[in-house]
Parts: sequence; C-alpha cells; structure tokens
Amino acid sequence: MAKEEAFQRRKSLLRQLVDSRVLLLMCVPAIIFFIVFNYAPMPGAWIAFTNFNYRDGIFGSPFVGLKNFEFLIKSGQLWTLTRNTILYNLAFIILGNILQIAIAIMLNEIRSAFFKKISQAAMFLPFFISAVLVGVIAFNLLNYDTGAINALIRQTGGDPIKIYSQAGLWPIIIILVHLWQSTGYGSIVYFAAIMGIDRSLYEAATVDGANAWQRIRYVTLPSLKPTFIILVLFSLGGIMHGNFGLFWNLIGNNASLFSTTDIIETSVYRMVLSQNNFTTSTAVGLYQSLFGFALVMTANWIVRRINKDYALF
Amino acid sequence: MTDRIETIIGQGGVGLAPAKPRAVKLDRSDIILQSISYVFVTLFALFCLAPFVLILSASFSSEAAIMKTGFGILPKDFTLTAYEWIFRAPRQVVGSYIVTITMTVCGTAIGLFIISMTGYALNRKDFPFRNYIAFFIYFTTLFSAGLAPTFLWVARDLGLRGNYLAVFLQLLMTPWLIILMKNFMRTVPYEIIESGKMDGAGDFRIFLSLCLPMMKPALATIGLFLALAYWNEWYLSSLYLGSTVEFKPLQYHLYNVINTANALRNSVAGSNVSVTNLPSNTLKMASAIVAIGPILLLYPFIQRYFVSGITIGAVKG
Repeated sequence: MAKEEAFQRRKSLLRQLVDSRVLLLMCVPAIIFFIVFNYAPMPGAWIAFTNFNYRDGIFGSPFVGLKNFEFLIKSGQLWTLTRNTILYNLAFIILGNILQIAIAIMLNEIRSAFFKKISQAAMFLPFFISAVLVGVIAFNLLNYDTGAINALIRQTGGDPIKIYSQAGLWPIIIILVHLWQSTGYGSIVYFAAIMGIDRSLYEAATVDGANAWQRIRYVTLPSLKPTFIILVLFSLGGIMHGNFGLFWNLIGNNASLFSTTDIIETSVYRMVLSQNNFTTSTAVGLYQSLFGFALVMTANWIVRRINKDYALF
Repeated sequence: MTDRIETIIGQGGVGLAPAKPRAVKLDRSDIILQSISYVFVTLFALFCLAPFVLILSASFSSEAAIMKTGFGILPKDFTLTAYEWIFRAPRQVVGSYIVTITMTVCGTAIGLFIISMTGYALNRKDFPFRNYIAFFIYFTTLFSAGLAPTFLWVARDLGLRGNYLAVFLQLLMTPWLIILMKNFMRTVPYEIIESGKMDGAGDFRIFLSLCLPMMKPALATIGLFLALAYWNEWYLSSLYLGSTVEFKPLQYHLYNVINTANALRNSVAGSNVSVTNLPSNTLKMASAIVAIGPILLLYPFIQRYFVSGITIGAVKG
C-alpha cells in the first residue's frame, strides 16, 4: 500500500485526475452539498461589518466597521451570552463525564445480562426524542396549574412554585434535563472502553489483594484516562456552541428567565426570526465562530503536546 | 490530518467482547459495590423512563381530573377522549405524518447513498485527493457562516423559503456521518478492492457490488442516525417553513400545538371553527405520544445499531 501511495505521488496532477475520475465523481455530490450549504454563505458574514438592508444587499449596504460589535460589548449582551454559554457547557462537561463514568463502572459490575440490557435501553431512550418533546416533558412537570411537581407539592400541603418565572432555578433544571438526555448515550462510550481493558489486570489486582474499590481506583480509572482526556478536550473545543434545541424548547421567548438561560444560539435565533435583526445576529455568530475556532485549535494543540496520536491535525 | 482522526476514533475501544467473569470469590467490598450499582442504575433508569410514563398517563387522563389535581404518574380517570379529538378530524396529523415519512424515507435513502459513496472514496488509500476532500468537509465543523448569513442565503438567494427542500436538503449529510462511514469502510480489506480491480471492475462497480454488501451494519447505523434526524426535525422547519405550508413536519407540528393555543385548536378542528371544552392539557400529551409513537415502537429493534455507531464514532459524538 505504501508503495502504491509513493507511486501515486510521482504521477502528474492531470494523470492523477484522470486516473481517479470515478472516485472524484463519487465525492462530487458531497462537495456540492458543502459548497452550497456551508461555504457559499460564508461571505455573508460580512454583514457583521455593515448596516445591512435588503435593498442594497450584503455588499451594497453601508460599511460601519466594528460598530455592531461595539454595541454588543457596550450593552453587556456579549458578556452575558458568552458567560452563560461557557458556564453551562462546563457544567455539562464536568458533571456529564463524572456521571457517565460512574454509570459505566456500575453497569460493568452488574452480572445479570438481562438487567444490564434493560437498564441500558432505558437510559439511552431520552437520546432518541426530539427537543420539542423535551419541551412537552418540561411543561408536564413544571407548569404552575397542572405540572406534576406542583401537583405533588399541593398534595403534600406545600405552596406551589411558579417555576417559569424564577430565573434562579433554571440552571439546575437545564443541567438535570441535559444529564437526563445525554448520560445514557455518553456512558456507552465509557462502557465500551471498560470492556476493552485487559481482564488480566483485574485478575492480577485481585491476586495482590485489591478489593473492589481499589480495583476501580488503580485499574479502571487509570485505564479510562485517555478516553476521558480526549472527550473532555474535544468538548472544551466546542464550549462556545450551545445545545440550541434544549434551551429553546425549555425557555423559548420567556424573557424573565434570560439572565440565567440565554445562550448565543437562542439569542441569535430570536434576533433572526422575531426581530429580523441580521447585523447584530451576524456579529454574534462571527464572534462565536472565530472564538470557537481558536478554542478548537488550542484544544488540539494541547492534545498534541500530551500525545501526538490523539490530535485531530 | 484525517489519518489522525482515524487514530483517535480507533482508540474508542471498539468491539464489545463479553467480559470474562472475574474470580468467583466475592469479598465484602464486591458485594457492597454490586448492591450500590444495582440500586443506582435502577434509580437512574427509572429517572430516564419516568417522563415518558408521565406523558403517556396524562394522555389517557380526563381533562377535569388533570385540572383538579395535576399530572401524575398514573392515568387519572382513564379515558381516550384526547385521542378521539385527534382522530376525529385527523387531517393535520395525517398530513404531517405523510410529510415526515416521505422526507425520512427519501432523505435517508439519498443521504445514505451519498454518504457511503463519499466515505468509500475517502477511505481508498490510492485516491490521491482524499486528504484534501476530507479536510474540505471537516473544515465546516471548525468554522461556519453562522445562522443569519446562512438563513439569508438559503431563504433569499436560493429562494427556498416555504419550500420543503430547504429542510430536506440540509439534513442529507453531516461531516460527522461521512467520517463515521469512512471509518466503517476500513473494515473492508484492501485485498477485496484489489481483487475487484484485477477482475477489471471500475471503482464505482467495486463500491456497489463488493463493498456495499459488506457494509450492512454500517448502513443500518448511519441510516438510523439520518432517519432519526429527519424524524426529529423541527428547527429548520421553524426557520424556513414557518406557517407557509399547510402540513408541517410532525415535530414542528407538535411544537406549534404545544406553544400556541390556535395551533392546538386548528389541529383538531380546522381553522375558523370555535371549539369549547377543548381538553388542551391532555390533548398536548396525546399529540406528543402520536408524534413519538413510531420511535417508541421501533426502539427495541434499532437501539443496538446506535450503540455500535457511537462506539466507533466515539470522539465526534
């Protein structure tokens, strides 16, 4: 195979094009797709530097420099959005990974194959439903008049809570819903990694007199470390990108909750769809993209320093 | 650089070999750990299932009972009223079902074909442009134009506002699915491709009659990811379809039923009909069950394919 590759490299470009024309053609639909839906809109990011109006179009609208960004920074909006997006993602990453590892280790301890299968299927189920259904579930549980939680509070004689107007409660709710929806999915990865651990390590540990806790502490956890580091670093690379569907279907246009729940995606969506505000939303989007890009690069650079084989590029 | 991606994903611990039973002798710590595991896993599994039970129960409850005591884990005053309302004038729901099923079937078939073609070509070691094309695709995950410019481009310049194609086309593929397929393709030994070449088969022919038949598990996994994306789609519909189409994709229909009182009424009675005594709370829950029903029914059969997909594509999940 190596020989073949070396041989390919020596051929002229034209020759290569002709020889691999069928393979190239097979890639054409995908290439067109990404050009049309991903690359073609990129010049539109110029809107961030203009006072966009429909009549003059993207490149005909007056140029305003960094004014749109200035507004975002001065109004404090950019800071709030960045803070919320990053803090939520940090919570998701830290709590998510801890819970996923814990579940994976426990699943591995369970002997009954039937029980393992059933519980795994149950934990994985929330991953399959749409974000809209997450909204339905939230409505069922949390609304003031008929919500299951308030129903329970009333039955026990307590005072029902107006959950949809208490911004302070929502970070907890959102994190719980996120864990509910993604833990089953994430634990599969760790479970597979545990299954990949050499069984003789456990046997050796047992012979040396290690109890169950010590086996987890000295065999399982160290073996999961590479998987953990990679998953965390990659999620850190995406820390500027929020889970839009989750936030939008839980909060939507409920402005009384924005201070603790508005993330970049929801704010951009609202600006585009209900305010027709293309300049500010493009500016926020461009800021998110560039910042996110820098973060991925940094994460990748760190991974490279730890272990070259794990780096993306 | 894509070789790097392969390396990482290769580390994901593929291959769910059954664990060999450990030494039989259990000491106290083993018993404690196992008990904790059973209890905690049971609790967490119930936590994951409970919301589904809540919705199911609510959909079979009477509106009066719900208004009086709220939603609960068991049906209150069991009745089929909510479902009767939905199926009395099923035009909206049936229309949405047809739109979503059509999109899901066609989108999955076409997307799967393009994704597997691309994945195959990108995995061919003798394809000199594979790294450039892979990077071209991968780059879109690193940098994007953002929602507003994309929206303007698709809705205005491509003229797809109010057109089902705006939704249908954009869901056809993702970089992650292409990389996943490329990794699956590595399981086809290169010798098979070479033997095909020896017999004088063209590259496309090798793909179609040699590789695809060996790729059934991969096709199932990626096809299911695609189908799920089409079935659960509501976001692009909210952007590009809005209220311009009569029959909204199913989840977007549900979104409207939940969030606007008018949509709820129209969905069961048609517009311009005044309805009194609409059991709105239970009706929302019944609509939700109608919208996820097929997923819940198929779930036991499809779940395991996703497990293999996640395991192989661990990193980019």
